Amino acid sequence: MSVQDYTSRLSDPASRKMGTFSYLPEMDDAQIRKQVEWIVKHGWNPAIEHTEPEYAMSNFWYMWKLPMFGETDVDAILAELKACHEANPDNHVRLIGYNNFSQSQGANMVVYRGTPV
Amino acid sequence: MAAKKYDAGVKEYRSTYWEPEYSIKESDVLAVFKVIPQPGVSREEAAAAVAAESSTGTWTTVWTDLLTDLDYYKGRAYAIEDVPGSDDAFYAFIAYPMDLFEEGSVVNVFTSIVGNVFGFKAVRSLRLEDVRFPLWFVMTCFGPPHGIQVERDKLDKYGRPLLGCTIKPKLGLSAKNYGRAVYEVLRGGLDFSKDDENVNSQPFMRWRDRFDFCQEAIDKAEAETGERKGHYMNVTAPTMEEVYKRAEYAKEIGTPIIMSDYLTLGWAAHNSLSKWCRDNGMLLHVHRAMHAVMDRNPNHGINFRVLTKLLRLLGGDHLHSGTVVGKLEGDREATLGWIDIMRDRYIKEDRSRGIFFDQDWGGMPGVFPVASGGIHVWHMPALVSIFGNDSVLQFGGGTLGHPWGNAAGAAANRVALEACVQARNEGREIEKEGKDILLNAAKHSPELKIAMETWKEIKFEFDTVDKLDTQHR
Repeated sequence: MSVQDYTSRLSDPASRKMGTFSYLPEMDDAQIRKQVEWIVKHGWNPAIEHTEPEYAMSNFWYMWKLPMFGETDVDAILAELKACHEANPDNHVRLIGYNNFSQSQGANMVVYRGTPV
Repeated sequence: MAAKKYDAGVKEYRSTYWEPEYSIKESDVLAVFKVIPQPGVSREEAAAAVAAESSTGTWTTVWTDLLTDLDYYKGRAYAIEDVPGSDDAFYAFIAYPMDLFEEGSVVNVFTSIVGNVFGFKAVRSLRLEDVRFPLWFVMTCFGPPHGIQVERDKLDKYGRPLLGCTIKPKLGLSAKNYGRAVYEVLRGGLDFSKDDENVNSQPFMRWRDRFDFCQEAIDKAEAETGERKGHYMNVTAPTMEEVYKRAEYAKEIGTPIIMSDYLTLGWAAHNSLSKWCRDNGMLLHVHRAMHAVMDRNPNHGINFRVLTKLLRLLGGDHLHSGTVVGKLEGDREATLGWIDIMRDRYIKEDRSRGIFFDQDWGGMPGVFPVASGGIHVWHMPALVSIFGNDSVLQFGGGTLGHPWGNAAGAAANRVALEACVQARNEGREIEKEGKDILLNAAKHSPELKIAMETWKEIKFEFDTVDKLDTQHR
């Protein structure tokens, strides 16, 4: 294959990335389910956040309700992700797994990508 | 108790410093040495000699010994064990009482326990294999300026290992060309780029010019990708005045992370720099240049697991650990042992990983292990499996050597990393299924496809050059 250009541009909002898994194709429902299962399996607390894509570099996105402390029902977590996405269709929606023992986030990934602005 | 009489002359060390019935105290500093004695010297005498020469003893009795309570201050050899696979060597376990050491001084501990004894005539060779630092000592040391969790928060990176790249050629580029290389790898998807250990302030590229161009590269790559980036700006310099000057300038231009070569810079100097980093909100990457002088010979020197503990006490947010799989092959089990020592809060004795003592780190933060050297996309499944999330994986040639350039090389590594993490989270065995996972990811990434064609597939198996002491050598 001949040498290809790397097409990332400052002037193109579609060049912006958004953390873990943003270099892979957007996940389908089955793939999202497996990531939710990974969070539940570790006993991490699921949480959902969203933001307008132009403010994605802020540390503080909008919380979608409170973190789902102790929630282990994968379907319930998926339903909240969908609800957040439907209410904010142009926003990035990310899924977090809070690990309260390490005081960190064991997982953090954008599962619905917003409209680049 | 009757006072002792002064009895001048040379006594056997074992009469004073060999105490097999001693029960160790929680406050003791414990050390295990691998000892090969000179012919004719018994194990007990050699072990006692090491205890004596690394604590209170000298070659002859002196009258001033009787002015103090030497039984309290002396180090004691309290156990001897065979070294598996060796007829000559044995392990000597030595306990040192807490009063022998200045609080918070790693420098003082090592000046004592490895200071004079390594040149001692009664032993043919000597290797410090492990040290147990009691909690009182750990908590009087400074420790990492930030630690793993804080770095993740500052850089907004979660749920995966971080990705870096050392800029090559390590010497000879102008500052602007060097900054170009940095910009390309960062815009392609890496979190960090890195100065090499010997990049300081040479005539072809003075430090200030390098810092300025690299910072412009970081700023533009951040704006372009929307992700946070850093370049480890090496502030290692001939004097501390110069180290602080460079660190202050790095802070002034807004860079998030600087770097030190802790062994060549010196431990006290490094400790000071680490304190400066915490005071100034600066992350600190630590390179271990010169370590092999001390840790490579299996019979003489200091095992790297001890140098790892030493760095966690002195302070650093990243430390190079070896890769297991790259050009600098190391023992997988031994490496797993010392990456636990860098990251975990409490490490249990585990001889299968070369860990001789339980080690409690109390509230001291952990250090990111850095896997760097001779690795490329095909190694990614093994690296993610060995190192887990809390690590920095650094591909130098494996990024810059991509046929389409640095940005494509970086993107290939980032795609490979994320594909492996995603597959691992899905419950797949990524070392076994590595080829399948990478080939599938390459369908969406021409950069990864070319990288996989450029570097040869490696086998996902690990017959390592065994560096742990085992019978099967």
